[in-house]
Amino acid sequence: MFVGIDLGSRTVKMAVWDGERLVDHKIVESGFEPHRQAEKMVAGVKASVIIATGYGRHLAAEYFADHVITEIKAHGLGIYHQFPDCTTIVDVGGQDSKVIALNARGKVSNFQMNDKCAAGTGRFLEIMAGSLAYDLAEFGQAALKADKEVPINSMCTVFAESEVISMKNRGVPREHIARAVHASVADRLSGMLARLGYGEEIAFSGGVARNPCMVQMLQEKLPETRMIVPELPDLTGAWGAALHGANY
Amino acid sequence: MSNFEIKAYPEMWQSLDIDVERFDKMRIMLGELYEKTFLSQENRPAAMVYFDNMVAELHGGRIKELLAAKEDGRPVIGTFCVYIPEEMVLAAGGICVGLCGGSQGSIPDAEKILPRNICSMVKSAFGFKDGRICPYFQAVDFVYGETTCDAKKKTWELLDQMVPTYVMEIPQCKKPRDIALWLEEVKDFKAKVEEVAGKTISADDLAGAIQIMNNKRRVLQRLNALRHHKPCPISGKDGLLVEQIAFFDEPVRFTEKVGELCDELEERIQKNVAVPAKNATRVMIAGTPMALPNWKIHNLVEGAGAVIVNEESCVGTRYFKDLIAENVSDMDDMLAALTDRYKEIDCSCFTPNDERLDQVIREFHESKAQGIINYSLQFCHTYNIEEIRIRQACEKEGIPYMFIESDYSSEDMGQLQTRIEAFLEQIGE
Repeated sequence: MFVGIDLGSRTVKMAVWDGERLVDHKIVESGFEPHRQAEKMVAGVKASVIIATGYGRHLAAEYFADHVITEIKAHGLGIYHQFPDCTTIVDVGGQDSKVIALNARGKVSNFQMNDKCAAGTGRFLEIMAGSLAYDLAEFGQAALKADKEVPINSMCTVFAESEVISMKNRGVPREHIARAVHASVADRLSGMLARLGYGEEIAFSGGVARNPCMVQMLQEKLPETRMIVPELPDLTGAWGAALHGANY
Repeated sequence: MSNFEIKAYPEMWQSLDIDVERFDKMRIMLGELYEKTFLSQENRPAAMVYFDNMVAELHGGRIKELLAAKEDGRPVIGTFCVYIPEEMVLAAGGICVGLCGGSQGSIPDAEKILPRNICSMVKSAFGFKDGRICPYFQAVDFVYGETTCDAKKKTWELLDQMVPTYVMEIPQCKKPRDIALWLEEVKDFKAKVEEVAGKTISADDLAGAIQIMNNKRRVLQRLNALRHHKPCPISGKDGLLVEQIAFFDEPVRFTEKVGELCDELEERIQKNVAVPAKNATRVMIAGTPMALPNWKIHNLVEGAGAVIVNEESCVGTRYFKDLIAENVSDMDDMLAALTDRYKEIDCSCFTPNDERLDQVIREFHESKAQGIINYSLQFCHTYNIEEIRIRQACEKEGIPYMFIESDYSSEDMGQLQTRIEAFLEQIGE
């Protein structure tokens, strides 16, 4: 069995690949010591090789993993396997957002990643959801239902939060604000895509791809492309790592 | 190896009005950082010992030399910029030294006064003076400032309240009338140095100084060419360190010691000794200066198993790629030749600055690099904007390219590590 383990900022993901099929997968909260969490997850698997990716990849390699690859390469492998014709990936995780360009052979040819600020990440959405008293799961749904959008000017998490608070206190309905928050992230992502260039199809991976409003708004911003969301978007990196293990 | 420390000189520091208690903590932290970053490297050239000792004595032995020179009436002038005509300082018998401005530790001091959204180098330097934690700042007769960016230019006015700060105007275009202005500024600087030194600079003095500085630049060019050898005989971290120490050491001694290092590297090349792995991915840096002890990018890149083979930077080739013509002896001709050399420095403060694009591509090919990381300090507008044209030039040439905008803090280390490793994976495929 080839095991890919993705130690992200919010969750640890594991994919088990037998060379032909995804035979098992798990997603659990990272907790305080993500490498211990990850070690427990792989403990029961008869692994011939374990490839770690994500923020905790080097720590995992210190403890149990055989090899590391970056999440950028891992997402490239994961998407290329599922959608071999797709050459553009948007990956929005807890801590960062990336756009990745693949060549025709599925190799990373270029990428962009946010720098140290949390703008345009899952963390940004989470903080804004909290500020509007939404559960993260209902945040996207609520934003989808909004019939109106108000502009948010700031992409900075700290400033955007003050902007949201002042809107709340002006009596702006919260679903309108929710929609505005999503729009600001979609703007950011479409900006990154424009800088990097994109193909006819864009695969949306990472946990934020499960937010329906995010997918729809990005699609609306880029009408000439088709957004594809994998069945298990947050598993893309772990799956890619497992696939790398099979060729390791 | 485990005994490395930056030597303490509390009495001398006291006499320089340094915040000794605080500075001593920084000394210990810097020593630990140095040991971890440099002394843990395997297979270093033996001649690097001299530079290790320079770091150990950077805030002690070298300061003693500066103070002794001052006793003899020789001026000590501090600077941050490669546009200072160092030859003039040497010709007057003086010493030109770099100033502290490369660490996060002094930035909170600066942010009490300066706006936050200016670059780390300016904030760090200002904070070092304000906090009285840089012996160089405490020892200099005056600081040489220039007009290469808005943040520096306006900060000089505030710095001048704490230490005399002389400002030389560096034009922003290179038309004949700009060069004429530049020459006048060089003459003014000469007069200023002569005034502080209490001596007139003769043509012979200047010719001698030009020779010394040309030799220093030649030896740095030689080191750079040796770093271009495949496989690389020295790490990028050590290469950068030598380039950083160039701003602090006595130039004749420094030239001799870098020469010895180069001799050793030539032997290594003959014996096919490489640092690090022979197949390590070769990366070139372009962009803003990395002032001592800013080793952040080199640490990450070389920590990921690659090697840095060239710095297209002020702490790098911009400092030493050009020489002053030595075939003139008349003072006016020498001043013109000197100005001619300094105008070749392709800082992004100039417009247009097309020669820098060509220079980056040339250095990429000469260094046999496999990719370019363009590094710019956050809020350094000219380098940040010029980045776009460097990127376009690299795309045109098909050169793997990545841009990093960062500062001295460590909060983006995780993201940077991922980006750098992904860039190396991309080159590897």
